[in-house]
Amino acid sequence: MSRTARVLTLVAAVVVLAGIAVGYTLHAVDRAARRDRPRAGGPRVSSGAVQLAAAPGDRRMVFRNTAWGPHRDELASVPADHPGGPRTASGVTCLRFHAAAGTGICLRAVHGALQDSYRAVVLDSRLRERRHYALSGIPTRARVSPDGRMAAWTVFVSGDSYAGTDFSTRTSVLDTRTWTLQDSLEKYRIIKDGHAYRAVDANFWGVTFADDDHFYATLATRGRTHLVRGDVRARTVRTLRENVECPSLSPGGTRIAFKKRVPGLPADAPWRLYTLDLGTLRETALAERRNVDDQAVWVDGNTVAYSLPGDYGANLWSVPADGGGRPRRLLDAGLAPAFIGAGPTRSR
Amino acid sequence: MYLADSRGRTPGAAEPQPTAARGTGPGRRHAAAVPGTVLALGTVSLITDVSAEMVTAVLPLYLVTGLGLSPLGFGLLDGVYNGVGALVRLLGGHLADRGADGGRHKAVAVVGYGLSALCKPALLAAHTLPLIGAVLAADRTGKGLRTAPRDALISLSTPARTRGRAFGVHRAMDTAGALLGPIIAFLVLRIAVDGYDAVFAVSSCVAALGVLVLVLFVPARAPRADTGAGGPGAAAPLAHQPRGREERESGGRVTGARNPEARRPAAREPAAVTGRAALDLLRQPELRRLIVCAVLLGLTTVSDSFLHLLLQRRLDLPVRWFPLLPLGTAACFLLLAVPLGAVADRVGRRQVFLAGHLGLLAAYGLLIFTPTAGTAPTVAVLALHGAFYAATDGVLMAAAAGAVPPRLRGSGLALVGTGQALARFACSLALGAVWTAWGGRTALASAAVGLAVCAAASAFLLSDDGDGRTAR
Repeated sequence: MSRTARVLTLVAAVVVLAGIAVGYTLHAVDRAARRDRPRAGGPRVSSGAVQLAAAPGDRRMVFRNTAWGPHRDELASVPADHPGGPRTASGVTCLRFHAAAGTGICLRAVHGALQDSYRAVVLDSRLRERRHYALSGIPTRARVSPDGRMAAWTVFVSGDSYAGTDFSTRTSVLDTRTWTLQDSLEKYRIIKDGHAYRAVDANFWGVTFADDDHFYATLATRGRTHLVRGDVRARTVRTLRENVECPSLSPGGTRIAFKKRVPGLPADAPWRLYTLDLGTLRETALAERRNVDDQAVWVDGNTVAYSLPGDYGANLWSVPADGGGRPRRLLDAGLAPAFIGAGPTRSR
Repeated sequence: MYLADSRGRTPGAAEPQPTAARGTGPGRRHAAAVPGTVLALGTVSLITDVSAEMVTAVLPLYLVTGLGLSPLGFGLLDGVYNGVGALVRLLGGHLADRGADGGRHKAVAVVGYGLSALCKPALLAAHTLPLIGAVLAADRTGKGLRTAPRDALISLSTPARTRGRAFGVHRAMDTAGALLGPIIAFLVLRIAVDGYDAVFAVSSCVAALGVLVLVLFVPARAPRADTGAGGPGAAAPLAHQPRGREERESGGRVTGARNPEARRPAAREPAAVTGRAALDLLRQPELRRLIVCAVLLGLTTVSDSFLHLLLQRRLDLPVRWFPLLPLGTAACFLLLAVPLGAVADRVGRRQVFLAGHLGLLAAYGLLIFTPTAGTAPTVAVLALHGAFYAATDGVLMAAAAGAVPPRLRGSGLALVGTGQALARFACSLALGAVWTAWGGRTALASAAVGLAVCAAASAFLLSDDGDGRTAR
């Protein structure tokens, strides 16, 4: 092939390839624009005030709304006993969210000039920002302690190797009274099976608070996961049990809902929802038979809520915590719920 | 591209000027130093790295927010993929040397780049972790296949005396692509919210373009610049150029039958390159010493992620800096690859290769004994780390090329590269164990002691060779 022919071939190829690339990108732009318009048959969403402190008798669920329309990805609220009803959207966008006793933690993307970054934003009861902290990765879990003082979050950090698949997590704990930030649980002393333990591959995720000083979380090392109990003041975690991920402590503090890696399930869907009685260490498989990859939230002392992939991001479901009953769909197009206000069966 | 053509047709065109006499003008010197084939291969690597790093940059986000997956534990297979990738590299190098009349480096490189390019659109269809893992494994296989033939082509199309610079130019272009890719991916995601598929589609088009540039503008047969470059008396005494043995060997491709100095059986039977001939390379003392040194030093070279993690912890950096640390290393590599490659051509590649490891040792030392936390030591460690890559990555291949006859170039470079990669992998495993037992600082301190010992041993081993200058 002559040099001219080669150059012409290259030019023609550049034109065709650029056309494909631009066409595909425009298609994606159009699709993104469609998501900003309400969908026929989707939930009704309107702007309004969303609060993290409910009036007595008015129990609400606040969550990230993923329904198509102008309020997509905003925190929205619905009555807890009528979650399928019209949504009130707050104008505050979050990827992950949790709240308790008037304190909210919102993990949010911040669009920069050359790179997106993420931050953890502490919200007051009217969703106003109190402080924010830069994050080093992609948000995945967030929790607030029962009295609203402590907050914790987990992000995914990826290695930078070629075609990198080397993921790790980083979990931080914040005291919103003193604004003391412990930016990585990996600095904690690990007591594993009664002995001091160190590992370069130690990863923590999924904190759930018992009180302002104590929490449960998952520690992964050497390909195994462990339920750990952590002490914020002593900066120590102790392993309690294997194969417990994303623990969620019940309102009474006696049980943990978690996702368990069940042998024999497909590698891309390995988890089932379980509860663990902390007194007897007895596990109970819940009635949800699908793969659950979420940190569950207790609706009340008897029921847990969790998200499953759906057509519009994710759908929220609930299932009894005693292993009986059936999964029930709470709402479509939403995730990361927090229940605001005392529930009728809440027990502390 | 034009240079590639003209050089290809006139293999003897590289003027064998004494180093001291060269450099009447920097522009002219560069033009003479970097053949078109190298620029074409650099362009291919730049384009391919843009494509690859676009995917790498958005993959975590895609898995977590696009697919809603928890990718933890996924990294466990990384080591396996790396091991397989290193072995595939051997295969790629050897296959490239086989084939009639001077090897089929380009054909094997096209297969390698092509396989990786096909993996980009495959990501559009793969929606589960196992499938995505399989696609990434295929991508790495492609990378493993193409690395040795590409480096062989670079070395074969460059006069021996400027090989360090040529590899430096290639590595700089490669790294530039790696830095550009994430920016382009970000721009696509900026205009198309959640448009991960658009990123993969654009990446596919870019990858296809890279393969096309390779097919169209890299000559099927290396111009063999190294056969004509350094005749007797070509290099100035000051320049410590690799002539002697290597030029004789490569000259042996042309004059092999009548060259009485062509000692190895390989050089006497130019027709068939067998696996046996490739393995016989290990008996060649000069190459063997280089491989031993690359392995020794690789055994004490900590992985990037390990170094960056320690950097963040030891210097107590805010976690938000963490994603920027690899960029610091890459930027410094990009800036120094060409100058250090050129320096290696002048003072000797083995010396620069060793000096690069001393730079790495200095980075370890700073991390272990750092007096203060903060910006200054961070910048210093990243600069040393980038300089380490600039002084060793391409330079090692340039040095190894001087110890391998052209007809076995792919196999020889693959042996060196694979040895180094497997040694580094072993280092990661060992460091993980030491970290578990005694903590991160001890792990780094033992790596530092090991590196000092291995560097001393390498200096002793390589002192005989001096870039072939004193080769018998």
